[in-house]
Amino acid sequence: MNDSKSHRNRIADHISSLPRSGIRDFFELVNSMDDVVSLGIGEPDFVTPWRIREATVYALERGHTSYTSNLGLRTLREEVCRYVPKRFNVQYDPETECIITVGVSEALDLAFRALINPGEEVIYHEPCYVSYAPSITMAHGVPVAVPTKEENDFSLDPADVEAAVTPNTKLLVLNFPNNPTGGDLDDEKKKALAEIAVANDLIVITDEIYSELTYGAQTPSIAAYQGMRDRTLLLHGFSKAHAMTGYRVGYACGPNDLVEAMMKIHQYTMLCASIIAQEAGVEALRHGERDMQAMRDEYRQRRNVITNRLNEAGLICRKPAGAFYVFPRITETGLSSEEFARQLLEKKKVAVVPGTAFGNSGEGYVRCSYATSMEEINEAMDRIQDFVHELA
Amino acid sequence: MADQQQDQKRMEKTQIVQLLKDNARIGNDEIAERLEMDTQQVTSLIKEMEEERTILGYNTLVNEENLGQEPVHAIIEVEVAPERDSGFDRVARLISGFPEVRTLHLLSGTYDLSLEVTGRSLQEVAFFVASKLSLIEGVRSTRTHFLLKKYKEAGFVFHEEEEYERLKVAP
Repeated sequence: MNDSKSHRNRIADHISSLPRSGIRDFFELVNSMDDVVSLGIGEPDFVTPWRIREATVYALERGHTSYTSNLGLRTLREEVCRYVPKRFNVQYDPETECIITVGVSEALDLAFRALINPGEEVIYHEPCYVSYAPSITMAHGVPVAVPTKEENDFSLDPADVEAAVTPNTKLLVLNFPNNPTGGDLDDEKKKALAEIAVANDLIVITDEIYSELTYGAQTPSIAAYQGMRDRTLLLHGFSKAHAMTGYRVGYACGPNDLVEAMMKIHQYTMLCASIIAQEAGVEALRHGERDMQAMRDEYRQRRNVITNRLNEAGLICRKPAGAFYVFPRITETGLSSEEFARQLLEKKKVAVVPGTAFGNSGEGYVRCSYATSMEEINEAMDRIQDFVHELA
Repeated sequence: MADQQQDQKRMEKTQIVQLLKDNARIGNDEIAERLEMDTQQVTSLIKEMEEERTILGYNTLVNEENLGQEPVHAIIEVEVAPERDSGFDRVARLISGFPEVRTLHLLSGTYDLSLEVTGRSLQEVAFFVASKLSLIEGVRSTRTHFLLKKYKEAGFVFHEEEEYERLKVAP
């Protein structure tokens, strides 16, 4: 009895009340099976371009294996602050407005912890990357989900955001192009969202990790819009554009007070991002453009093929504007997202991710990643076509 | 307007050629699907490129060792005396007529022409150099380098790269 009593509060309340991710069981099942054709992977299938890997090895050869400044290598911050204005139309000072992090994941966690007082509300859109809501909760904030809809090409309707704002709303989190839907925000929507942020004194955190992977017109970051620079944290990294997921390196740019607040947490918890990864990041920003464009061209072609083939198979699928995911509707099959994914895996050995992994508003959809070879895509599409026909 | 159409057409041709260079067996349907064009259009653009000799032919990249063949390849550096009217062209045309010559380039630097020659044996290549190439009027000297091993050709590597298994599913 005494024993069990002493164990009662071993886990912090706000952690033990976090729901265990239901998708983990499904993922474990997939990872334990052989001969699966997988459209379930949320990372590039390309190996990091050779010039970047070579730069990594060179960093090791020169013995660059130490800590770096907490903010990150000065050269990398300078390269970041050269690149960001070119792509996003907004300028930052490498000395005071930029911090190198262990991927966008760390940057996001730092931002939440640095900005949220217990009980403050954070608006984000759903379906979305799995970690947003839990990260907000772990920082003692209140996650408020705004659904994005298929009829809007999974873009975010500013009116829906406005309706969700309360006096207690502190932050708005944006991630476009989006994982899992591939939806994007056009200029007009960014402008409207910027106006809402200014009018309601919101800070915007924009996760730009898929920004290079857009297949239509590229728009500036929301940080570049009227009144936004001082209330926006621009988070970005190298994982998707340069196929560097395993390097775990990213960055945050924003006004000095916000970056400085993040820096306080970062210096006591992470110290700095890996120096080897940072050196690789320098190479990616200096010389990675062509490799990145080649990967983007390939993704674009795969997107065209997978969208056509899903529609041919009888699943309604819009052609997404960015990232490397399509988000077809599976309601016509009469199955729930999770049932669809399970049966497809069991009967045809094709892995897709149920839309509900990305929030409740993902019900009725599955995520198919086209960050896999054209052969695999075609094989998966043949099997999905059979699967859907057998259900009918 | 006409200029824009020309640019558009050139861009489409470039994209098609890029796909064919990676895989000449890809098929016009798949090209059309990938590039958001219709098959008819792809077919007619390819035909046009063949007619205007933008596309000269379709090659297959082969690892000959796997077929049990051991053809001999050599790179031959050739110094040529240029001529008043034709420069290197007359000699280059003559040399390019030999079926043994797989590629022929004019280079800047210490020699002029670079040939890649293929034969069934060392003797065959040696015979070509001694009894054909060297005797051409205007050829001053030749230097023959036999290829020992192929690592990469036309963007493809010959050695097998170790397969690295990623996670099958990740958020």
